Amino acid sequence: MRALHRKLFRDLIKLRSQTAAIALVMACGVATFVMSLSMLDSLQGTMDRYYEEHRFANVFASMKRAPLSLAERVREIPGVGEVESRVVEAVTLDMPLMEEPASGSVVSLPSDSREGINRLYVRSGRFPEGRGSLEVLVSQRFAEAHGLAPGDGVNAVLNGRLETLRVVGVALSPEYVWLIPPGGILPENKRYGVFWMGREEMDAAFDMKGAFNDLAIRVMPGADEAEIIERVDELTAQYGGLGAYEREDQISHKFVANELEELRAMTLIVPAIFLGVAAFLLNIVLSRMISAQREQIAALKALGYSSGEIGRHYLSFVLLIACVSGVVGAAGGAWMGRGLTRIYVDFMDFPSFEYDLHPRVLLLGFVVSAVAAMIGVASALRAAMRLPPAEAMKQQAPQNYRPTVLERAGLQRFVPLSARMIIRHIERRPLKTALSVLGIALACAILVVGGYSEDSVDYLLDFQFQRVQRYDVEVVFGATTDDRALSSIRALPGVLDAEPYRALPVRLRSDHWQRRTGILGLTSGDGLYKLLDMNGTPHALPEHGVLLATTLGQWLGVGPGDLVTVEALEGRRPEFTAEVAGLIDDFSGLAAYMNVDEMNRLMHEQGTVGGVYLSTDPQDSQSLYQDLREAPQVAGVNVKASTIKSFRETVSKNLGIMRSFMVGFSVIIAFGVVYNSARISLSERSRDLATLRVIGFTRREVAIIQLGELATITALAIPVGLVLGYFLSWLTSQATNAELIRIPFIIHPSTFALAASVVVGASLVSGLIVRTRIDKLDLISVLKSRE
Amino acid sequence: MTQPASNNPDKSGKPVFAARSITKTYHVGEVDVHALRGVDLDLYAGEFLVLLGPSGSGKSTLLNVLGGLDLPTSGHVRYLDQDLTSYSDAELTMFRRRHVGFVFQFYNLIPSLTARENIELVTDIASDPMDARDALELVQLRDRMDHFPAQLSGGEQQRVAIARAIAKRPEVLLCDEPTGALDGVTGVVVLEAIERVNAELGTTTAVITHNAVISQMAHRVVSLSGGAIAGTRINERRVLARELSW
Ligand SMILES: Nc1ncnc2c1ncn2[C@@H]1O[C@H](COP(=O)(O)OP(=O)(O)OP(=O)(O)O)[C@@H](O)[C@H]1O
Ligand SMILES: [Mg+2]
Repeated sequence: MRALHRKLFRDLIKLRSQTAAIALVMACGVATFVMSLSMLDSLQGTMDRYYEEHRFANVFASMKRAPLSLAERVREIPGVGEVESRVVEAVTLDMPLMEEPASGSVVSLPSDSREGINRLYVRSGRFPEGRGSLEVLVSQRFAEAHGLAPGDGVNAVLNGRLETLRVVGVALSPEYVWLIPPGGILPENKRYGVFWMGREEMDAAFDMKGAFNDLAIRVMPGADEAEIIERVDELTAQYGGLGAYEREDQISHKFVANELEELRAMTLIVPAIFLGVAAFLLNIVLSRMISAQREQIAALKALGYSSGEIGRHYLSFVLLIACVSGVVGAAGGAWMGRGLTRIYVDFMDFPSFEYDLHPRVLLLGFVVSAVAAMIGVASALRAAMRLPPAEAMKQQAPQNYRPTVLERAGLQRFVPLSARMIIRHIERRPLKTALSVLGIALACAILVVGGYSEDSVDYLLDFQFQRVQRYDVEVVFGATTDDRALSSIRALPGVLDAEPYRALPVRLRSDHWQRRTGILGLTSGDGLYKLLDMNGTPHALPEHGVLLATTLGQWLGVGPGDLVTVEALEGRRPEFTAEVAGLIDDFSGLAAYMNVDEMNRLMHEQGTVGGVYLSTDPQDSQSLYQDLREAPQVAGVNVKASTIKSFRETVSKNLGIMRSFMVGFSVIIAFGVVYNSARISLSERSRDLATLRVIGFTRREVAIIQLGELATITALAIPVGLVLGYFLSWLTSQATNAELIRIPFIIHPSTFALAASVVVGASLVSGLIVRTRIDKLDLISVLKSRE
Repeated sequence: MTQPASNNPDKSGKPVFAARSITKTYHVGEVDVHALRGVDLDLYAGEFLVLLGPSGSGKSTLLNVLGGLDLPTSGHVRYLDQDLTSYSDAELTMFRRRHVGFVFQFYNLIPSLTARENIELVTDIASDPMDARDALELVQLRDRMDHFPAQLSGGEQQRVAIARAIAKRPEVLLCDEPTGALDGVTGVVVLEAIERVNAELGTTTAVITHNAVISQMAHRVVSLSGGAIAGTRINERRVLARELSW
């Protein structure tokens, strides 16, 4: 069947720009799919490998101070594999490049630093050695943010004394993949660092000889973690234990897992939408291309080609397109997936990464594009074949135009002839018009989907940092103190207002459900920390009882009036019951609030303060930060403005990269679709247009008729597309069930505007191309050859 | 170049085609269009038949039914011993592939293939085809074989279509208005090609036309009118195509 094959290639070449556009649309679908899935696989794999190779602990516990013998007893708990007792202390830092105070954690290293749990990855330099030299390894992010290298010194307040830590190396730890300062919710590379120091040095610096205050435990496979946690709690209770917890509650892992969870939603829903849309468009375009060839199909049938042979012919046509787009899409997707993985791995502080491109991802992308193509061609072919060849080859009967709405309404006199032709053409084939509109609308819709996520994050950022957290600075005390620390800070110059709070780590229980979280004790719900629900409606802070986030309430299966058991994981660790005073539907999934006085009463304490929110005078910030750095109880200072800035520089930059990929793909798809619609409609009408030209229409007049249709369809498609985009975005947001932060569903008008203008732009460009084609329309050949 | 015009085909044997009481009715909305109203027609081996009739008289419909492109509403068409009207779509396809050469009024060449490739389209699937170049030689277009349809004149395209129809050495050649779109001089060139195929290869040939002049080159002329046969005439003396003019 060589001649038929030749026709295949000639058709491909002749329709090259349209074929390329289809292939591109499909390739974008495949690329998003491959990119996202391979990225997710790679990140998950990288994380798992890192955790395993560096022996990340499964259970964690901190306490005030326990004798070393306790670690032995923990080791004897059934199911416990390895135990490492450590000293972990908070320090404040004096960084020369920073106005605001920075803080850090110092973690002890085991005697043989290359062994044990939570092994470090030393990026450069070496492990600390010797005594009395205060040698440390520093976490990579912090080192980068401050340009620290082996040999540099860092001034830190250790146990009340200002000392200089000697940096001898830069390291990463599975425990600190995501570096979040205590009390913070976002990573801040510049403001928070981790240092690892030899155990003996730590013992000396913090008076911990023969004792420890932190446990990392690796459990044996199949062991009951809950049971182990319970036993550890029993053992540590008398040493000021703060409650053991599993990996899921470990702060760094929690954020990493949350991030992966969000990515998963993004990577499954969005590519599925893209691929689905691309497949649908392919379907539309192919069926129109095939119906344009129906006379050729009829001729082939008349010559004795069977339906099967003709079917295979067109199938190879589209399979070729599908293969090209599969290869291009997979290669592009793999390339971008690798790049994105690298960005994420860097961002999340994994030491190295392996890019996992599973063959099944490639295969799936391929199969989907091939199947979509085949479905597209099948329905069109069936329609083309159903037509008896004798019919199809007849000189095309004048098409069946009817009087349109215009004529029926008697308005035709007011509408120019060209507009009447456009309206009749659109009205005559409502299904075809509807499909064209839908195609362009889908292209518009995925532009909305690609762009919306950032709007939500922006909204959330503004909501949380401007409307809820109305303070400028949060001061975290190292140990819970009393009112005196509060009044000394209130008295500092530059402090306009100060409001104490207490963040109490707890386990909440109801019947069989329990959850580790924190209760924020406030003095008022309307001060520097304002209680707002998602809609921005203020909530009063209850005098008595506890206010739970709706998600947390649901998790525990409790509502207003029910009782929950609160197991405090601080101080004397009392257990008490509290009434659920209400639920607040806010963005944090697991928050709980209480009146701080009530909290202290239930804790059997008086005037305990965990930190203080400050509203400050910006003019005095320099001196205030200096004062805070020197204040005795202060363990950390969170300056809201720099938190936001740091977030913008890291997290949103990452989101931005992902988003620009998605938007880039949507733009390509939009162009591909609009261009194809325009070209097909031109080829379908070139005979008509040529006839018009022959009878004396000018190029301009003819172009107006043709482009008017494109303009009308685009105008119809945009509103439909925006609504569809809203719906698809909503679907995407529903799939994100990360519980740490609930992402609101917000689409900014600018996202809609962008989507609409890309589609308009695509129409203009396609229109221009069509215009030049019309200008070059070869009247003779159009009239002579019938295709 | 042509055989003596008096050399009549053998009408004593069985006909190649035997159509009996063929009707074809189209339903258009409320209206029934009777394209054929009971046509009986025999076609003999080697015969050159011309179907004459005004526009809309049912010529194309009859030819399509004979060639297995379309099925009649009622009646039977026999090809040798086979009843075409009982054929499935796939069997009709094989029938066309093996036995029938079509020449369409609007050429219906594949625009993306050259003249030669359009012929190879047929030779690729035929069992004992002639060489594409020889087929083009027959219509005197061998030197244009690498040209695309758009590069050929209407008459040249029609001659390629004839070459394409005969390349498989069909038993029957069915031509629907082969000269409809052509001027007299070009029309004659096309008709000469058909005449040669009929004479030299002995291919049974049916040609539709509404041009009475052309009917002079036939062995037999069947006139259709309003979907029925209005008359049959046997040319005692055939006129060679090149002697025709209109
Ligand atoms: N698909 C169809 N639907 C309805 N009517 C049809 C259809 N095809 C043909 N007809 C009608 O059948 C009749 C015969 O048509 P046919 O094409 O056979 O005529 P013809 O003799 O070949 O005419 P011409 O010389 O114009 O080609 C005509 O009246 C035509 O209108
Ligand atoms: Mg006809």
